[in-house]
Amino acid sequence: MLGLNSRDFRLFLIVCALCLFAPIILNPFPVASSLGESFNAGYPALMQRFVIFGLLVIGFNILFGLTGYLSFGHAAFLGVGSFAAVWMFKLLSYNVVPAIILSVIVAGLFSVVIGYVALRRSGIYFSILTLAFAQMMYSIAFSDLVGKLFGTIVTNGETGLQVYNDDPQILLGQGDPTVPHLFGLEMNSAYTWKIGGWEFVFQNGYYLSALFMVLGFYLSIRIFRSPFGMMLRAIKSNQTRMSYTGLDTKPYMLAAFVISGMYAGLAGGLLAAMDPLTGAERMFWTASGEIVVMAILGGVGTLVGPVLGAGVIKYLENIVSKINDSILHNWFAFMPDWMDNLLVTIIHPFIGKGWHLTLGLLFMAVVIFLPGGLMQLGEKFTALFRRKKTDDAKTGATNPAE
Amino acid sequence: MDAFILQILNGLDKGSAYALIALGLTLIFGTLGVVNFAHGALFMIGAFCAVTMQRILNLSSTVIDETQKDFLGNPLKVEVPYVESWFGEAAGAAIQDWSVPLSILLVIPVMLLVGWAMERGLIKHFYKRPHADQILVTFGLAIVIGEIIKAFFGANPIQTPMPSAFIGTVDLGAWMGFDPGSVAYPTWRLIYFFFSAIIIAAVFAFLQFTTFGMVVRAGMADRETVGMLGIDIDRRFTLMFGLAAAVAGLAGAMYTPILSPHYNIGMDFLVLSFVVVVVGGMGSLPGAVLAGFLLGILQSFASMNEVKALIPGIDQIIIYLVAIIILLTRPRGLMGRKGVMEE
Repeated sequence: MLGLNSRDFRLFLIVCALCLFAPIILNPFPVASSLGESFNAGYPALMQRFVIFGLLVIGFNILFGLTGYLSFGHAAFLGVGSFAAVWMFKLLSYNVVPAIILSVIVAGLFSVVIGYVALRRSGIYFSILTLAFAQMMYSIAFSDLVGKLFGTIVTNGETGLQVYNDDPQILLGQGDPTVPHLFGLEMNSAYTWKIGGWEFVFQNGYYLSALFMVLGFYLSIRIFRSPFGMMLRAIKSNQTRMSYTGLDTKPYMLAAFVISGMYAGLAGGLLAAMDPLTGAERMFWTASGEIVVMAILGGVGTLVGPVLGAGVIKYLENIVSKINDSILHNWFAFMPDWMDNLLVTIIHPFIGKGWHLTLGLLFMAVVIFLPGGLMQLGEKFTALFRRKKTDDAKTGATNPAE
Repeated sequence: MDAFILQILNGLDKGSAYALIALGLTLIFGTLGVVNFAHGALFMIGAFCAVTMQRILNLSSTVIDETQKDFLGNPLKVEVPYVESWFGEAAGAAIQDWSVPLSILLVIPVMLLVGWAMERGLIKHFYKRPHADQILVTFGLAIVIGEIIKAFFGANPIQTPMPSAFIGTVDLGAWMGFDPGSVAYPTWRLIYFFFSAIIIAAVFAFLQFTTFGMVVRAGMADRETVGMLGIDIDRRFTLMFGLAAAVAGLAGAMYTPILSPHYNIGMDFLVLSFVVVVVGGMGSLPGAVLAGFLLGILQSFASMNEVKALIPGIDQIIIYLVAIIILLTRPRGLMGRKGVMEE
């Protein structure tokens, strides 16, 4: 179906269904309950982040997962996409279509230039070059150097870029909404379905983002299964040998880099479409690092891994940074006081503002023990399960001959 | 002419910090072949050693001073730092005043230990893994170290004053025969420059003139052969990691009066230091030092008002621009050797 083999198609369907029913699946607890307050993730702002960052990491995975080139500057394309989209809002109207189209194109152009330069080197040099480019773009955006050069505003520096009333917005009609919309369909309007103690919110913006993520996911499956994807994998396993066979690997690498940059631009455009403001901090190199963390955590080089990684990180970020000492005391209320206090003291550094510590430790643990990420963990579990059932069956995993 | 010299001097202190960090990075890279993204964190640990030293010296006991009364007529409680009660008031105050230079005594053992623990505990297991994994695990470590420091010291920059003797400027203009006051340079920055020059010289001397250094250099050139000669090269390389950590830590501790340390200071320096290492040539120690000073000076020239009027904001991107141009024209960096890191 759709040019996919049955296994991939099943995967694709599962992802589609998860996206479609996410508002329900992510809200398993009644709103008023304490569990619901802490663990429900089915509100639009968070679900948008799931799918948008999922899309971003899917794109990153096409570069890093297939070719093994670790880009440490991917957030730059995200930022560029956001800026392009907000400029479309400022100049034309709040319709998201031109914004998203332009954000993809601009990010694509940037990635052609940066990729052309950075791909002249490989390995660590490539990582550092992309990092340098991204930091340069961050500096340019943060101080609005382009704007200063031409005596106008381009990125609006520290303040960040947003839409003002006196912006031209030449296509803005009389009755048009003054929030991002898709031909009149407002992004932030939502339908709330209340049933019993539960509340499920279905938001237009989320579904638009989810649609793009599903499309991006489909494209990434096709790329993974295509001869082009095979070529990228060949480059990963031995680039020198590929060159010896007389093949110029550069166009393939550049294509992968640009595709992945355009994914990032699309994600940036969507972020701006959900909330029409942006700032340079989106391009800072720790943001790039976060993309890498998501990809690694989920499982690099797998199809679903990146989406999983992005979801887990964004979910944990939201949940862990929301938990505070009093919530912990609530949970441990059944224990004796000294034990309760002891546990809270131990956990305290890891929650709330300490979320980054948890993230760092989690990330290190994954890199050290699970280089294949959560997907590898899943495989290990299923392998364990299968071996118990049928003793003779070998695991399907094949190791690359190195 | 004097403006020209002033800009070169201005570049020197930042350049020294870059050079010291890049030197450590190159030492680690040249010996162990690991790209250490946590090197900025080591710089930061050094800086916070200075903060800790300051706090240790300010530890005080409460003494009831019968000669003074507070407004209720009760004897006044006075906080007397231990150093003052041990060494007398004048000497104690002087010791407190010199807390930053004194912190070197704390930095060296702490950093050697941290470096040793990092190499033995974590990095050792990553020699056979791809470079991407080494980058990632050290990146994670950098996050963790930064967050731990944040948990202990808070997120705000902490003031660590320099000894009062060094506050103010040195009138270099008068020395060099220009008008007095034309080239005024902050004393501490001058000290920082000489300090780093001494450290760099010491590291090079250590590698060049001691047997240990000779073995290390041989190991950098051909690890396997040195191993076959019956020399335990791994142990020496571990020590080099500790040394590199100590160099980064010293750079951080002495930089605190110039820039108040906060938990992200290492990250800020790290990216630029990487650029420095790449420009200098991966694995080349003189290259790292040269590129550090060169980029520091370039940056200070770019922040001249005349230049900024021409191209606004050039000071913030000049380093990256130069790095990109150099990498495209001289792919191995300024002094990179053939065959090092060319996969």
